[in-house]
Amino acid sequence: MRQFSWFNATSLTLGFAFLYLPMIILVIYSFNESRLVTVWAGFSTKWYGELLQNEEFLDAAWVTVKVAFFSSTLATVLGTMAAQVLVRGGRFPGRTLFSGMIYAPLVMPEVITGLSLLLLFIGIGLDRGVLTVVLAHTTFSMCFVSVVVSSRLTSFDRSLEEAALDLGASPFDAFRLVTLPIIAPAVISSWLLAFTLSLDDLVIASFTTGPGATTLPIKVFSAVRLGVSPEINALSTIMIGIVTVGVITASLVSKRTALQQARAEQAAARTA
Amino acid sequence: MMRRTFLIALPYIWLLALFLVPFAIVLKISLSDIALARPPYMPQLDLTGGLAAVWDFITQLDFENFVFLTSDDLYWKAYLSSLKIAALSTAITLVVGYPIAYAMARAAKEWRPTLLMLVILPFWTSFLIRVYSWMGILSTEGVLNQFLIGIGAISEPLQILNTQTAVYIGIVYTYLPFMILPIYSALEKLDDSLLEAAEDLGCSRTTAFWLVTLPLSKGGVIAGCFLVFIPTLGEFVIPSLLGGSETLMIGKVLWEEFFSNRDWPVASAVAVILLLILIIPIVLFQRNEQKQREAEG
Amino acid sequence: MAQSKVKPKQSPSTAAFEPWNDPNEKPLIQFKGVTKRFGDFTAIDNLTLDIFEREFFALLGPSGCGKTTMMRMLAGFETPTEGQILLSGRDIGDVPPNKRAVNMMFQSYALFPHLSVWDNIAFGLRREKRDKDSIASRVDEMLRLTRLEKFANRKPHQISGGQRQRVALARSLAKAPKLLLLDEPLGALDRKLREETQFELMDIQETTGTTFVIVTHDQEEAMTVASRVAVMDEGKMVQVATPQTIYEAPNSVYVASFIGDVNLIRGTANLRNVATAAPAAPESESETKPEPVTKIETDEDPRKPQPNDYGKWLHDRLLAPILGQRVDEPKALPAPTKAELAAAAELQAPVDVPEGGLTIDWAENTPALIAANGDPEFDGNEVVLALRPEKMGIAKTKPDAPNVMRGKVIDIAYLGNISTYHVELKTGTMVKAQVANTRRVSRRNITWEDEVWVSFSATAGVVLTE
Repeated sequence: MRQFSWFNATSLTLGFAFLYLPMIILVIYSFNESRLVTVWAGFSTKWYGELLQNEEFLDAAWVTVKVAFFSSTLATVLGTMAAQVLVRGGRFPGRTLFSGMIYAPLVMPEVITGLSLLLLFIGIGLDRGVLTVVLAHTTFSMCFVSVVVSSRLTSFDRSLEEAALDLGASPFDAFRLVTLPIIAPAVISSWLLAFTLSLDDLVIASFTTGPGATTLPIKVFSAVRLGVSPEINALSTIMIGIVTVGVITASLVSKRTALQQARAEQAAARTA
Repeated sequence: MMRRTFLIALPYIWLLALFLVPFAIVLKISLSDIALARPPYMPQLDLTGGLAAVWDFITQLDFENFVFLTSDDLYWKAYLSSLKIAALSTAITLVVGYPIAYAMARAAKEWRPTLLMLVILPFWTSFLIRVYSWMGILSTEGVLNQFLIGIGAISEPLQILNTQTAVYIGIVYTYLPFMILPIYSALEKLDDSLLEAAEDLGCSRTTAFWLVTLPLSKGGVIAGCFLVFIPTLGEFVIPSLLGGSETLMIGKVLWEEFFSNRDWPVASAVAVILLLILIIPIVLFQRNEQKQREAEG
Repeated sequence: MAQSKVKPKQSPSTAAFEPWNDPNEKPLIQFKGVTKRFGDFTAIDNLTLDIFEREFFALLGPSGCGKTTMMRMLAGFETPTEGQILLSGRDIGDVPPNKRAVNMMFQSYALFPHLSVWDNIAFGLRREKRDKDSIASRVDEMLRLTRLEKFANRKPHQISGGQRQRVALARSLAKAPKLLLLDEPLGALDRKLREETQFELMDIQETTGTTFVIVTHDQEEAMTVASRVAVMDEGKMVQVATPQTIYEAPNSVYVASFIGDVNLIRGTANLRNVATAAPAAPESESETKPEPVTKIETDEDPRKPQPNDYGKWLHDRLLAPILGQRVDEPKALPAPTKAELAAAAELQAPVDVPEGGLTIDWAENTPALIAANGDPEFDGNEVVLALRPEKMGIAKTKPDAPNVMRGKVIDIAYLGNISTYHVELKTGTMVKAQVANTRRVSRRNITWEDEVWVSFSATAGVVLTE
């Protein structure tokens, strides 16, 4: 057993306090009665009520979800294809450029990506709106998807695909019947990642959006620029709550499947 | 064969059209002149004019915008200050993150997945919200000042929000998981028996850390530093929400150049220079990753 | 359907299964000058080979010898750089793996983890768009064949390693391929299970009448299961023959030392005088005499006069103050006296030594070794005599054998049923002799440091050139 010193315990406690205290404080203050966010004036849920009546926020939320859904779905398809090409594609002309274009957006400052896409949309005369934001988000999320999926594909036993081919499956069938079901967890989590990235994005959306396509982060940003607001606290609490429930559920589910798998393997060892 | 071509072509063309071509446009516009028109720049390539038009187009390109960037000290100060803020906050994040990653790797095996989830969880919450949460804490009437006055540490509220300090806090806070995760994964792979061997050969616990643990986690440290440094350099949200008017960061300058001044050519030139600055750490980062992969596989 | 063509591969009543010796037999697979290069690396080098129907063919060699590449070319995952591969006379170079009547059992088994055992076996049949009933009956047949009926609904991770191996076999056999490729099929099993499974594999191969090509680096496995073994090295076939031939008559030092344990004794070959093989006792002395024709005489005859007891006494008493201490020749055997030679010849005489072959000069002051089965072509060449340890006898008294060598026991490896004695000969060469342990330990009389005689018959070894 490793020694777990007081030093380690302290750094963990302080570290996680640093990571979580700001959000906890935010959540607590979202239930503050007073508009003056810094003075505690008793428990209240009235800001949630006000938030739910604020049409602008609701519209922005709807636009954001729409954009996130379409862009993450598109990004998952394209990113999985790109991952397949990266890991299994072998050599083809322009491969270096291709992998460069996959990795570059991951480290590209958002201001540059946003600016360049905006200039493109203007250049080709595409009216800015939901479509342009979806295109922009798809482009950078597909790179994240392809990185996640290709790391799964790299550890994937290639002989499974070969076995499928050997048994008479066409390459497409081999992908559909063998590869996809096995890498499905990675594909799903990369879809979730793409969805969150899109929900979260302020800078690229600000550049590429147009009238009628204001997303939630843009709305939030313009609101908080002026200072702390209780409605934003309430909104943040809702978003933090959704994420927390989602992540915890996902980890519990995956823990349970791992446990079941371990039990099944034990049972197998016993019957053998 | 058809399928393979299609499989390669679709993502390839998508990235060419929506990633590479836009850059070409940025480059081109950075070499153009501002015009009071829509779009607000000159010249535009009109292929209907034939070769002469292409020639006109090329001759009208100039480096005026780049010359302008060097003449106005706002820009190079912004670049320098961005580099300084990025470097310093990377160093702080490393100092804060390493002990956390170390403690996680030394924790009992059954706890590690939970700890890991706790580090990843903030990733999934909105970046904007995480930065925003500090506004309520750091403001003059914020939670921190109330707390410090409450315990009698200070009598006057401190001005933290809208200063450089707030920017550093914001960066360290939001990018901390980027630092912890690669270091943790390097430390977690570390074989316990290596430390035991070092102690067996006469090292004290501390020397064993310096001679064995730290060198073996070097790859993770380097990766973590790049993962913090590179995005911080072009950061926009943190300086604009937490920083004050004296906080100069190039991401913010670019944003204002574009949205407030509507000077597209200069904004594009700013972007091109930022990209050139970024190429060095990006290439170094890729080489580090490559080395790691080769060492492992 | 595969079972309809059941024919016993080898049965005592019919002639031995040897299609490779039958000129009328058409090979199922033909490699014609196949070369495969990966960049600068040549994995397979201009290889020509025939494999016949219902054969159990083993590709044996160290890792990197090209055996896996050959198998992958048969399966269609690699295409030859040069040359042709024919299956039933048709070039299959351009046929993709999913359109070949060849199935493969993967080293990792490559069972689809998300499908049950039943669905894994049915996978290939479903690709043929067969109707449901015929798929079901075929899968059930395969489950019966591999005794997996009870596990049909389990997932691969819910069964043991040996069961997984059988699922992989059932799945690859389900489509009744013309040719089944097995890539290290037993590598993941422990020793005991592996031995059982080898016999199972042979049974199944005979029952289904399928041609099997197995890749392995385990020589025992290859010897056990295969009708023919191909020993490969650096992309080339070194020897293709039955297990018996490979073991008893390897064609090169490489094969001899790759398969099993072997003693290699290097020396110069000389044509053996046929006439001397006559049983008459006195003449056998001439066995060692006619060879110096091609040899340097001094080599064979460095017998310096050694002082006898009287001479020693004389030296020690009278000459020592003048000439210094007497130095006896170290280590070298005392030169055999005429009487000793005669005695040795007499001892050898009653042994029935076949005529012909070669004698091998391998060390000074020792009689040449007799290899009655040696190829006369090698006369005068540097040769290697390859001797299996189990063909070597070991005794404390000089045995009655055409070839005897003296040495000292350095090490004894006790393996239960047999013991291997490591004997250092007077020349410094180490040889191994293997003896069955038919007696209890306490009754065995040879132990460490004992002076012993190692002996073997005139046909025990194989004479090879490097």
